[in-house]
Amino acid sequence: MIVDNLDVDLTPEKLLDLQEKAVKARELVIETLLEAKSGHSAGPLGMADIFVALYFHILNHDPKDPHKPDRDRLILSNGHICPIRYVVMAMAGYFPIEELKTLRKINSRLQGHPHRTALDGVETTSGPLGEGLSQSIGYALAAKLDHKNHYIYCITSDGEHQEGNTWEAIMFAGKNKINNLTVIIDRNNIQIDGFTEDIMPLEPLREKYEAFGWHVLEVDGNNIRTFVDAVREAKAIFNKPTVIIAHTIPGKGVSFMENSYLWHGSPPDVGEVAGSPAKGEQAKIALADLRTLQGKIESEHQ
Amino acid sequence: MLNPDLKLNQKMFDKTAEMKATRDGFGTGLIYLGETNPAVVVLTADLNESTRTEEFSKKFPERFFECGVAEQNMAAIAAGLGVSRKIPFMSSYATFSPGKNWETIRTTIVYNHSNVKIAGHHSGVMTGPDGATHQATEDIAITRCWPGIEVIVPCDSHESRKAVIMSADIDGPVYLRFSRDKSVVMTTEETPFDKKIQTFWVTENPQCTIFGTGHMLYHAMVAGKELESEGINVLVANIACIKPLDTEGVLDLIEKTGCAVSVEDHQVMGGLGGAIAELLALKRPAPMEFVGLQNTFAESGSPKDIMEKYGMGKEAIKAAVRKVIGRK
Repeated sequence: MIVDNLDVDLTPEKLLDLQEKAVKARELVIETLLEAKSGHSAGPLGMADIFVALYFHILNHDPKDPHKPDRDRLILSNGHICPIRYVVMAMAGYFPIEELKTLRKINSRLQGHPHRTALDGVETTSGPLGEGLSQSIGYALAAKLDHKNHYIYCITSDGEHQEGNTWEAIMFAGKNKINNLTVIIDRNNIQIDGFTEDIMPLEPLREKYEAFGWHVLEVDGNNIRTFVDAVREAKAIFNKPTVIIAHTIPGKGVSFMENSYLWHGSPPDVGEVAGSPAKGEQAKIALADLRTLQGKIESEHQ
Repeated sequence: MLNPDLKLNQKMFDKTAEMKATRDGFGTGLIYLGETNPAVVVLTADLNESTRTEEFSKKFPERFFECGVAEQNMAAIAAGLGVSRKIPFMSSYATFSPGKNWETIRTTIVYNHSNVKIAGHHSGVMTGPDGATHQATEDIAITRCWPGIEVIVPCDSHESRKAVIMSADIDGPVYLRFSRDKSVVMTTEETPFDKKIQTFWVTENPQCTIFGTGHMLYHAMVAGKELESEGINVLVANIACIKPLDTEGVLDLIEKTGCAVSVEDHQVMGGLGGAIAELLALKRPAPMEFVGLQNTFAESGSPKDIMEKYGMGKEAIKAAVRKVIGRK
């Protein structure tokens, strides 16, 4: 029997638990980046809900047996948002939360961009953009050759759709109807140099994928329920690969980081950032924002 | 004389010696692997016939993946297959793969330690009339510098087949280099394939070692034979495995002869000659000359004409030997 977490209903209690985990994950992202003194902030915060949904509800995986053959594969193509993957993996039990403090430091398993042979469970080495979707196709083809039923999920950024390699892969998967592959695009509209539509427009993204023979779903990527529903629908699509365009808010949860491309590649408290609190105040305010849901509730620490 | 231990082709110097392209041995090696190893899969990027994957694609269609003209995609798909316990052979022209897709291979295959075999075809000036755009003359340099990859350049079609079959047993990435045009078959079915250096031409009291790789080894053999009649005794050694280099083998031969000439269908920088020079500088400095492309692109023409014009033929090799002996 295939263990499929998606067959278990997302009850209100479970949903609340996932939402609380996402808030916790964001706090850990800020604390981890503060300790590392380098790394990306906006993407990891924006993708916290999706990573929590994947690791705590969707994926068939076992933190105690990271190589189990029938596990679902989660390939992170845009490796630079690995802080959120590391945080959620630690929360899921792959390694101690304490180890997050080693990110980007010497002798750490937590490389600045994920490295397969450094840390069990990261599935592949990534960082240079545009390569993850092709690799995911390789995993998907191998699963088909071996008559395995596990799923391949590939998370990509929107910006890396400017890489030609990404479109080579989209073309290949469309032609070959790779239906055990679901791509999740973090459509957060920012890249290092600015907004995607200013730097190199990606729209109309839906129509482009459809033209390449894909099934396209669009969801609010910060809404766990709608994201889970989309993954469920993707599994039901038999004759095409599916892409979920997940519209997310970069920097989600931290008032001064939300929707600011200036926070794409910056960690808190390393420098002054236009329109943001002064260096030294950034992490404190970010954590306060997260703990109070931007002042909407009282923090238990207040 | 030909090394009697290696069961070499005794007729290699005859005008009627058998000629075959090293890429043909790649094709027959793949068929053997297809029949014997279900984990082997093959990918190409719109070069099915000319890189000799066509027969595999017909015999084992479910294990063959046509990627179209998309070498980066091919490399990263192969990477995913390799991590998933398949043994992918990805096949294209070396200028495109590992040329065009160099960083993709670096990240997703080599650093990622995926078990992919990269077949680079149309290497060197043996690509002839197609011109310098399609003559891969830097591919040894750009692969050999990667940590954790093996680099193999077969000298003829028999060695190609054996190298392909052997490479499937190597746990990790391998670069295999093949040529387009036919070249003299120097070995036989019975010649043992070895990653260690094999001395093909042996003489009494040799004064120089010629290290050759790929089809250029034949020109080194002819040079060695002709030098003997001039009274210059040399050893001619085949280095099929450029990485990991048989360092003991190189040093043993240098101990015997005191100087070296490297011969390759590649730029003289960063290839076989570079690998040997790095070793000698570190362990046993000795005079050395380099035969290959001398920091220039070649041009269209027959391989023979190109080699003559660019100083890569037997006369250039003989001149290099005389020169290096004079420097001892």
